[in-house]
Amino acid sequence: MVQLLINGEHRNIDASGDTTLLWALRDLAGLKGTKYGCGVGVCGACTIHVDGVAQVSCLLTVSDAEGKAITTIEGLSEDGNHPVQVAWRDINVPQCGFCQAGQIMKAASLIEEKPDISDQEILDGMSGNLCRCGCYQRIVSAVRTAATGS
Amino acid sequence: MLHYLEQAAIEKAATKALVVRNVSRRAFLGTVAAGFSLAAFPKDALAFAKYEVGGSSMPNGLVFNPMIFVSIDPDGRVTIVAHRSEMGTGVRTSLPMVLADEMGADWDRVNIVQAEGDEPKYGNQDTDGSRSMRHHIQSMRQMGASVRYMLGVAAMQHFGVIEPTVEAAAAFYGPPENRLEIEGVTVGVHEVRNDATGETVGFGDLAEIAMKLPVPDFDHLTFKDESEFRYIGKGDIQSVDLHDITTGKAIYGADVDLPGMKIAVIARPPAVGAPLVSVDATAAEAIPGVERVVELPITVMPAKFAPLGGVAVIAAHTDAAIRGRDVLKLDWGTGPHSQYNSAEFMTEMRKTANAPGIVLRKEGDPEMAFANAAKVFGREYTQAHMAHAPMEPPVAIADVKDGKAEIWAPVQSPYGTRQDVAAALDLPIEDVVVHVTLLGGGFGRKSKCDFVLEAAVLSREIGAPVRVQWTREDDIRHSFYHTTSAERIAVALDDQDRVTGWRHNSVAPSIMSTFAEDSGHQFFIENGMGHVDMPFEIANVSIENGKAMAHTRIGWYRAVSNVPRAWAIQSFVAELADELGRDQKDLLIELIGSDRELDPPSQGFPDDFWNYGEGYAEYPISTARLKNVTELAAEKAGWGAQLPEGSGLGIAVHRSFVTYVAAVARVDIVDGLVTVPEMHIAVDCGFVANPERVRSQMEGAAVMGMTLALNSGITHENGAVQQSNFYDYDLVRANNFPRVVHTHIVNHPFSVHAAGVGEPGVPPIAPAIANAIFNATGNRLRDLPIGTTV
Repeated sequence: MVQLLINGEHRNIDASGDTTLLWALRDLAGLKGTKYGCGVGVCGACTIHVDGVAQVSCLLTVSDAEGKAITTIEGLSEDGNHPVQVAWRDINVPQCGFCQAGQIMKAASLIEEKPDISDQEILDGMSGNLCRCGCYQRIVSAVRTAATGS
Repeated sequence: MLHYLEQAAIEKAATKALVVRNVSRRAFLGTVAAGFSLAAFPKDALAFAKYEVGGSSMPNGLVFNPMIFVSIDPDGRVTIVAHRSEMGTGVRTSLPMVLADEMGADWDRVNIVQAEGDEPKYGNQDTDGSRSMRHHIQSMRQMGASVRYMLGVAAMQHFGVIEPTVEAAAAFYGPPENRLEIEGVTVGVHEVRNDATGETVGFGDLAEIAMKLPVPDFDHLTFKDESEFRYIGKGDIQSVDLHDITTGKAIYGADVDLPGMKIAVIARPPAVGAPLVSVDATAAEAIPGVERVVELPITVMPAKFAPLGGVAVIAAHTDAAIRGRDVLKLDWGTGPHSQYNSAEFMTEMRKTANAPGIVLRKEGDPEMAFANAAKVFGREYTQAHMAHAPMEPPVAIADVKDGKAEIWAPVQSPYGTRQDVAAALDLPIEDVVVHVTLLGGGFGRKSKCDFVLEAAVLSREIGAPVRVQWTREDDIRHSFYHTTSAERIAVALDDQDRVTGWRHNSVAPSIMSTFAEDSGHQFFIENGMGHVDMPFEIANVSIENGKAMAHTRIGWYRAVSNVPRAWAIQSFVAELADELGRDQKDLLIELIGSDRELDPPSQGFPDDFWNYGEGYAEYPISTARLKNVTELAAEKAGWGAQLPEGSGLGIAVHRSFVTYVAAVARVDIVDGLVTVPEMHIAVDCGFVANPERVRSQMEGAAVMGMTLALNSGITHENGAVQQSNFYDYDLVRANNFPRVVHTHIVNHPFSVHAAGVGEPGVPPIAPAIANAIFNATGNRLRDLPIGTTV
C-alpha cells in the first residue's frame, strides 16, 4: 500500500512501488482521464503534473510519485475552466479527443513555466504530444490564446 | 436495390411548394383565425427534393422513424439518438444537430444518447466510407420534420383548434385529398404558437400528445427553407463531447470499469498464421498480479476479423498484464507468410506493374496510341504498408456470463461487432449487447473487431469481465494494414506533346484477401477508388491491375486505395509537366479537359464500376467541379508566384468518396528538413451541414497526409513487422506540421447532394507535398514514405 497525493487528496493505492504510475492512476485510483498511448514516453497522452511540472506518467513508477503532488486532468481546475481548457473549447481544438488531456496538461505546464512563451517555444514544447487526428494548428492557437489571455 | 421512397413521392417533393398552407376546406373548423403566419415557410421554396442514396442498400438500410431517434420529456428536454460512432469527425453532434434544426428544437435543450449496436432498429451503423452525412442527412431532416408535424397536430389539439380525440388527429393523416393540413399554429423554436391568440406552448407540454400520434409520411411534411436553418450550415454548434474531453470525463474504450474485471494483454504471432511451438509462462506467472495465462488458437488468412491468436496474460491490472506478456518465453514456428519480405515484394510488384495487367477499363485504342506515339513517358510510384495508429490502441471490454455477452468497445461497426461476437460465442444475437464508447481515433482500424472478439472469448474462458488492452507495439505490429502498392503510369504523346494515350497499371494486395481466398487481384471497390474513374480527357485509355498476393492482413485505412492512386496520378502529372516544360496546374486543368460529366458506359468503365455505393445520377463525376477546386486552391495559394530557392508550391486534386478536394502545399526546405508552412485546401462536398467540422477534417487530413508522405511506412521481414512504436513509426509532430491550413469550402444549396469529408482530404496531400519538394529542390520522390529530409 502506497500513499499518494493526487489532485490534492491523499489516496491509498494498493500497488507495489515499481508499478507504472500511469496504470496505477487509471486502474487503481480510478482516474481515467490520463490516457495510455505508447507506454514509452514518446506520445504524451499520459502527461500529468508532478509538483506542477508536466511529465509522462508511463515512465514514472508509484515510488517516483511518493511525496510529490500529482495532478491529473481531473484536478487541473475546480470547474474545468483553467485558461487552457477554456481556450481549447473556444477554438474547438479536439477531434477524437483521446490525446487532449495530455495536450492540455502539457500546455498548462508550459505557460505556467513561461507566461511570455514564444511561438517557437510552443511548437517545440508541444512536440512530445502526438495527435493522430492532426489538431496541431488549433492546439498551437489555443496555447497561444491561453498564454496571452486573448 | 431497395428504394426507400416511391418515385411518386420524389416527384411530389420536387414540385410541391412545401409550406404550411391555408386550405379553404379547413374553414369548417371554425376556430381558425384568418391571419396565421406563413412567414416561416416561403410558399415557393423548393426546400427538399428527396434523392436516392447508397444508405438504403447498406445492410439494414436507413430508418426514418422519429419514434426510434427522438423523445421529448415533459420538461422539454429533447433526446436524440446518435447511431453512428464518434471517432473525431463530429458526427455525434452533426447528425443530431440536423434533426434538431429541422424539428425546431433548441440545441441547448437537446441531449444526445449513443445507440447500442442495433441496426434492425436504427438502420446501418457502419461508420466508415465518409458516408454518415451523405447517407443520413435526409433521414435526419425527415425525422425532424415529422416530429414538427406531430407537434403541430398536437398543438392544434392543445389550443382547441381541433378536438382532442384520436379521430380528430387522424384527419391529418392519409391521402392528400382526404387530409387536413396543419394551420392556425406555428412551430417555432421549442414551442408552438397559436396564431390567433399569440399563446404559446412548449414542446414539453405537447410531448405526451405528440408522441402518441402516428408518424406522418414524407408527403405530409414541410421542410425548412435553407434560409431558415438555425444550426445547419452555420458551424456554430460545438461538439457535444467538448467539455468532457477537456476535463478528462469523456469515456473511451478503456475507461469503463466493471466489478471484478481482469485485464488481458496478448502475445500474437510475429507473422500472420505462424504456429506457436512452445510457451513457457513461468516468469509471467511469477509477476505479482498475473492470474492466468491462456492460449488462443492461431488463425490463418482469410479469417475476416477472427483474432490472430496467441497467448493471453490475464492479470488484476494492466501493468501486471503487460509485464507478464513481455516475459513470456515463446517459440514461434514458420507460417504461411513467414517469407514475406517487403523489399523483395516491392521489386516483384514493380516488375508486375511494368507488364500488362488485367484490363479493367479500355477506352479508344490504347495499343494503337502507344504504337503510334512520337514519345512515351512513364514512371512508377510506390507505397509501403501503413498502420492506422489511432492514439487509442485497440481495446475492448467483454462480460460474458449466463449465456449472454455484454460488450463495451470503441468500434466503427457496432452491429457488425455484435454479429461477430454472437457468431464467435455461438450465441443468439439477441443475447449480445454492444455499447459504443467514444473512439480515440479510428481511421478504419476500428471497423475490424478482432480485439473485441479476443475480449469476448477470454471473458467466457475465465468467467469474469475482461478488458483486452492492446499496447502500442501490438497496434503497430498486428494491424489490418493499408495495402502496399506499385503504380506504373505511362502516356503516349504525339509530335506536338499532346497526350493521346494513358496506361495505368495498379498492383497491390487486395483487402478481399482478408475475407476470401486471395485471387491476387483488386476487387471492384478498390478499382473504383481513383483508378477506373480516372477523369482525364484522353482518347485512349487502359486501366489495368496486376497480380499481387497478400501476406499480411490487409484492411482499409482512411481514403483506402485513393491514397496510392492520387499519389501516382498527381505526381505523374507534375512530372509530365516538367518533362514538357509546362506549368503543373495548367497541364492538370488541360488533362481534366472540358466541362462534362464522365459517362461510364461509353468510356469503357467496368460493369461493376463502384461509385462509392452511390447511384451515378445522384453523384456523377463532374470535371467542372474537379477543375473548380483546383483553380480555387491555386488562386488562394498564389499559384505562379516566384519563390526563393529552397521553396516551392505543389498542387494535386482528387475526387474520392464523391467529394472533390484540391490541395496546394508550400514546402520550404530548412537545413534539409521538409517543412510545410502553408497549405490551401479547396473542398467541394456538396451541401455542407457543419462547415466547422469540414475545416477540422481538412486540417487533420493535411497532418495525416504529411505523415504518410514523410514518415509512416510499415515493412516486413520474415513476415514480421519491423516497426513497433512511435519512435520507429513516427507521426508528424507539433514541431513540424502543415503550419497553417486554409480550408476553402465550395458552397452549394441542399440540391447539390451532400457528400462527406472524413476521408477525401487525405489523398491529394502527399502528392501536393512531393510536387512542392520537386519545385523547391528538383528532387523527384516516387516512393512513400519519402522521408523527412531531402
